[in-house]
Amino acid sequence: MTLLKIHELHAGYGPITALFGVSLSVDEGQILALIGANGAGKSTLLRAISGLIKPNEGLIEYEGRSIGGRDPHEIAAQGIAMVPEGRRLFPSLTVEENILMGACSRRKGPWTLAKVYDLFPILKDRRSLLSTMLSGGQQQMAAVGRALMSNPRLLLCDELSLGLAPMIVQDIYKTLQSVSATGVSLIVVEQDINQAINSSDNFLCLREGEMVLKGTKEKADRAKIAHAYFGN
Amino acid sequence: MREGETLSNSGWKIETPLIGPALLALLVIALAAVPFFGGTGTMRLMVEIFAMIAMAQAWNLLAGYTGFVSVGQQAFIGIGAYGLFMVTLKGGIDPFSSVLLGGVCAGLIGAIAAPALFHLRGPYFAIGTWVLAELFRIFITNNDYFGGASGLTLARVLREIPRDFRNDATYWIALTLAASTLVLVYVLLRSRFGLAIRTVRDNESSAESVGVNVRGVKFMVFVIASFITGCAGAVAYLNTMFVTTSAAFSIEWSAFIIFVVIIGGIGTIEGPVIGALVYFFLREWLADFGTWYIITLGSVAIAVIVWAPDGIWGLIAKRYPIRLFPAGAVMRKKSV
Amino acid sequence: MVEWTDTLIQGILLGGFFALSGLGLSLSFGIMRIVNIAHGDFLVVAAYLGVVIVGLVGINPIIAIAIIAPVMYAAGYGLQRSLLNKAVGGSELTPLLITFGISIILHNVLQEVFSADFKSLDAGSIEIASIAIGNIHIGLFPLSILVVAFVVYSALYRIMHNTRFGRIVRATVDDPEVSSLMGVDTKKIYSLGMALSMAIIGIAGALYGIKSSFSPMTGGDQLLFAFETVIIGGMGSIWGTMLGGMALGISQIIGFKIHAGWGAFAGHLIFFAFLFVKPSGLLAKGDQHA
Repeated sequence: MTLLKIHELHAGYGPITALFGVSLSVDEGQILALIGANGAGKSTLLRAISGLIKPNEGLIEYEGRSIGGRDPHEIAAQGIAMVPEGRRLFPSLTVEENILMGACSRRKGPWTLAKVYDLFPILKDRRSLLSTMLSGGQQQMAAVGRALMSNPRLLLCDELSLGLAPMIVQDIYKTLQSVSATGVSLIVVEQDINQAINSSDNFLCLREGEMVLKGTKEKADRAKIAHAYFGN
Repeated sequence: MREGETLSNSGWKIETPLIGPALLALLVIALAAVPFFGGTGTMRLMVEIFAMIAMAQAWNLLAGYTGFVSVGQQAFIGIGAYGLFMVTLKGGIDPFSSVLLGGVCAGLIGAIAAPALFHLRGPYFAIGTWVLAELFRIFITNNDYFGGASGLTLARVLREIPRDFRNDATYWIALTLAASTLVLVYVLLRSRFGLAIRTVRDNESSAESVGVNVRGVKFMVFVIASFITGCAGAVAYLNTMFVTTSAAFSIEWSAFIIFVVIIGGIGTIEGPVIGALVYFFLREWLADFGTWYIITLGSVAIAVIVWAPDGIWGLIAKRYPIRLFPAGAVMRKKSV
Repeated sequence: MVEWTDTLIQGILLGGFFALSGLGLSLSFGIMRIVNIAHGDFLVVAAYLGVVIVGLVGINPIIAIAIIAPVMYAAGYGLQRSLLNKAVGGSELTPLLITFGISIILHNVLQEVFSADFKSLDAGSIEIASIAIGNIHIGLFPLSILVVAFVVYSALYRIMHNTRFGRIVRATVDDPEVSSLMGVDTKKIYSLGMALSMAIIGIAGALYGIKSSFSPMTGGDQLLFAFETVIIGGMGSIWGTMLGGMALGISQIIGFKIHAGWGAFAGHLIFFAFLFVKPSGLLAKGDQHA
């Protein structure tokens, strides 16, 4: 069943357009990887879905309803959660308070503070510390846990691997796959192409705001991807 | 411009539009003739308008171009006025030359207070300027040497000067003040110093990193604005011949100045002039309605800030390509 | 010796009032980054509300606080929602100019409605009652104000650190964008923040009306005192504002004892001296806004 459908999306920042007619769809329980060089428009796409930017043109449909242009907090209440680029935990709040913030939209579902601690036991040990005292990997776990607390149907993950050791990145992606197995759809923006393609069902490559290649994990052709990624 | 091109060989040149200054010169000549046929009442009003234009330009220089909002301009208005009165009454200097001396007093105080005030940013800087005004207001009110609570009057000194000469001189001084302020601000903003000013407003740390002496720029602008405001305050009270602390150091001065600049168009040279005209028009028109006049002005100002932040001049400039006093570089393609 | 102790005590008691008044200003800045220049005028509005209520119902003005605070709360919510939310997050100039405009309008409207005469709220015998400790007499009413200040500060601290609402407010202050991604309606949070700030101003204003005589023009002074309190105490620190209030109170009492007209003046001088010597304030928190 299609959870998210985007059709001919044009979006950007004021006078600067960053996305030119992007279309995609994500089914329930699917993982879609977005790859592309810096500035290709990947984060812009996530920001448009989550409501931080309003589309200039085009359609964003979620659960059959149009959500383009709605406010972020309304979209969050519908079940779309984001793990932002750079983690962006709240520096004045403790680890536990950060995770609890994810539950602000009060959506019903399987995820609770206890379950998040089961998933990431090390966070339970550190729960009264200020979030700034965690290591990069732990912060990433906390950011994921925070997003899960809203019981999302669609999870948007922006550059999870940035600044993290490869082993930790692999752990986090394994966790994401187990989350996906519970029926949650994921859109993952990832710089590490191999990681992206290996952890996802489908991938989409953006260059300068346009879609230049689509594919699945099985049929991935490295040469074609490199060409799409870098252009001429 | 393409690689290898410089300004001189690229086919572009920087223009200094002279239409604004030319219009201004004509206007000044016309206005200078007013004392020959105008009545005292009209001339008094025009002195107020000229003083307000100067004050508004000074505030605009601070807030619109350098990014420093002050709600304490009355400090310098009062210091300028009291400077003039004290120098004239106690020093025996003629009141007309004292206008400049009043400005100098204000500039000096600005120079001394600036380092302390610059520790504050944004709204805190604004309120800090208000505290400065209060310091002076309270000090003078409690000191009989400066006239205390009952204020000072120039009546005795001015009685020895023929009335027509007095009115004409005040008028011409005010006109000179307004015109030279416009010219000064125009020249200043089009210079390298002007460029430095605007980089400071946009981003202080970036400005610093490209070599702009941020502290020096802020200091100079503050002192210049204080000086101009002081001169204007001196002229305004020379006009009334009587000054009290509750009038000269009143927050309402800042209120009027700010409303004038906002409504006219902040960050432009033309704006404050338009704003001053609107202000006086409204004042005369609503004169019978007491404080409703200022309530209206304040409401209009808020509405402008929220819905038309570029003010009247901003609205005009958007529709028509007139630029009388453009503060930025105007580049024009050279004809080959 | 008694002279000095008495000065110190009076200064601390006065400081309690400044701390309460300053808290309202500090809150709206802490949450919305809006410095409410109309702060003092809202204090005076609260005092005039007291006049109206006492005139209509005849109750003791202290009891009227129970009506004044909620009314101001609602007014703050409405003001933020209708006007000030448009100014959040943009240029610093805008909220400053808007609240300045509101300030000017407020005190002129008050003048139209109530005239320029000075008024005062009469709370009865509590105003002259005092407790004696040895040779020193401590006014009961000023002491009550200090107590109220402590209670409000503690309550606010608990709200901010021990409740879900407080957690949301702190998160929104840290990062409004991510907060909205979590489902928080940030505009509503800002409106509630202003409502809370105005409720505190309402309490402080009513107490102000009882302790002093006021007129439409006295708001300006109260703004400056609240502002000096916040700056001396250090921006970003709730308890710093309390300390700042004490410092200002003591300075003003000393000035007043030297010569009756110099109370506020001494406060302004100390404030300026502070800027030269320790501009970040007594208890500044990291790199808050100055």
